[in-house]
Amino acid sequence: MKIAYYPGCSLETTGIEFHLSTEYCAKKVDLELWEIPSWNCCGASSAHTLDHLLSLALPARNLAIAEKEGLDVAVPCAACYTHFKNVEAEVRQNEEVQQEVAQVIDMDYHATNNTKSILEVFVDQVGLNAIGAEVKKPLEGLKVACYYGCFLVRPPKLGHFDDRTEDPQSMDDLITALGGTPVEWPHKTECCGAGMVTLSPENGLPLSYELLRAAQLCGADCIAAACPMCQMNLDLRQEEIKKKYKADFNLPIYYFTELMALSFGASPKEIGLQKHFVESVSLVAEIGRKETA
Amino acid sequence: MQSIELTATHSAAKDWEEKMKADGVDISACYQCGKCTAGCPMAESMDYTTRQVVRLLQMGLVDEALRSNSIWFCLSCQTCSTRCPKDVDPAKMMEVLRWESQKQGVAAMPNVIIFHKAFLEAVKNNGRLFEVEMTMKNNLRSRDLFNNVDLGPKMMFKGKLQMLPPRIGDNGEVKKLFERVRERRGG
Repeated sequence: MKIAYYPGCSLETTGIEFHLSTEYCAKKVDLELWEIPSWNCCGASSAHTLDHLLSLALPARNLAIAEKEGLDVAVPCAACYTHFKNVEAEVRQNEEVQQEVAQVIDMDYHATNNTKSILEVFVDQVGLNAIGAEVKKPLEGLKVACYYGCFLVRPPKLGHFDDRTEDPQSMDDLITALGGTPVEWPHKTECCGAGMVTLSPENGLPLSYELLRAAQLCGADCIAAACPMCQMNLDLRQEEIKKKYKADFNLPIYYFTELMALSFGASPKEIGLQKHFVESVSLVAEIGRKETA
Repeated sequence: MQSIELTATHSAAKDWEEKMKADGVDISACYQCGKCTAGCPMAESMDYTTRQVVRLLQMGLVDEALRSNSIWFCLSCQTCSTRCPKDVDPAKMMEVLRWESQKQGVAAMPNVIIFHKAFLEAVKNNGRLFEVEMTMKNNLRSRDLFNNVDLGPKMMFKGKLQMLPPRIGDNGEVKKLFERVRERRGG
């Protein structure tokens, strides 16, 4: 199976582990990722805040390159994903928008292709059976709080693949297929504080704190994230949260693709686990021992 | 209790009802149940809660809404729009108010705008986000030189910060895209 791949800016820098583990998993399940040549930034929330047309045109340029190849687009970052979906919807609904966007990007674009989150591609297109068949080191005994965040499920009018908006299950099903144990917790789709954690920690940090607290109270050993912004807030800021709230969570924040890659047999190093700020290697060092013993 | 002369603001209410409708936001449909505020993760930080911002618009008190910090604390998490029983789309309302607030130069949190501008400039110049450029510009302009600079070495140590700008090989296409958007704005 071949699909266009849009890594997004974070996956080259702060979220590079998401990229490494996604590529590792794709290879294992014969998913060909065609990285969009000369892809550009989606504009993130900055374009949305400052200029509506720009917020349509930046994602559209990437989508148009993939459309020319007749390919759907797989997007790991949940924020890029929602911006792409938004452009698709507006271009499909409004011919004037379609024409204006095509003029601005200087390319034909009719939104005949679809944006898919990389979670959707793995769960729905590759399928849990094919994924289960690749598991060499089951995540036995690992209790995982699956964290979907905002943009994999909201707003529902964009037509998300996991339409159980308030209680999505796709990542939980994936973790189960990998041999792990998803925990029940109420914060699956709560906001992590996004950019406010950086812009105004006083107002943003409590959101990340609440997430960590909920995960721990519900018995999770770790959190599985699907967005580089969420992962960074929960991982990088955990030290600050520890100082501010006197709460030593010590919770590794994995990308779900990292857990998948580990269960497929990847070494922590080749998928970049040592790049986490909260030490994340020792918790998963024991997985698969039973299987290989 | 504060009293407000509403006949004077009636036409502003009507104007904004139409303006919001053009962006798919139905202000008049709101019956003030407060479900938006109940689910809002930033409600505690806001001077007016989401429900109150809708009410301000219904009453034509547009200036209060445009000058509120609420529209800048909103993180566009879409929880309100997901749960609204009347499909008002308060998250979109916040977005439209942000556009107008910066147009009028009355933003309560100018640093948020400085950040977004620095972000987009770095994207315009490089095609992708170049974090070093963005952070330097943001810190200089917001006169907060050391904002988050402690994170730089931490990121670099983990190999998560690129010191050189990205090269995307687009033959300047992204820069041209920005220019064409600007031309359409007539600026």
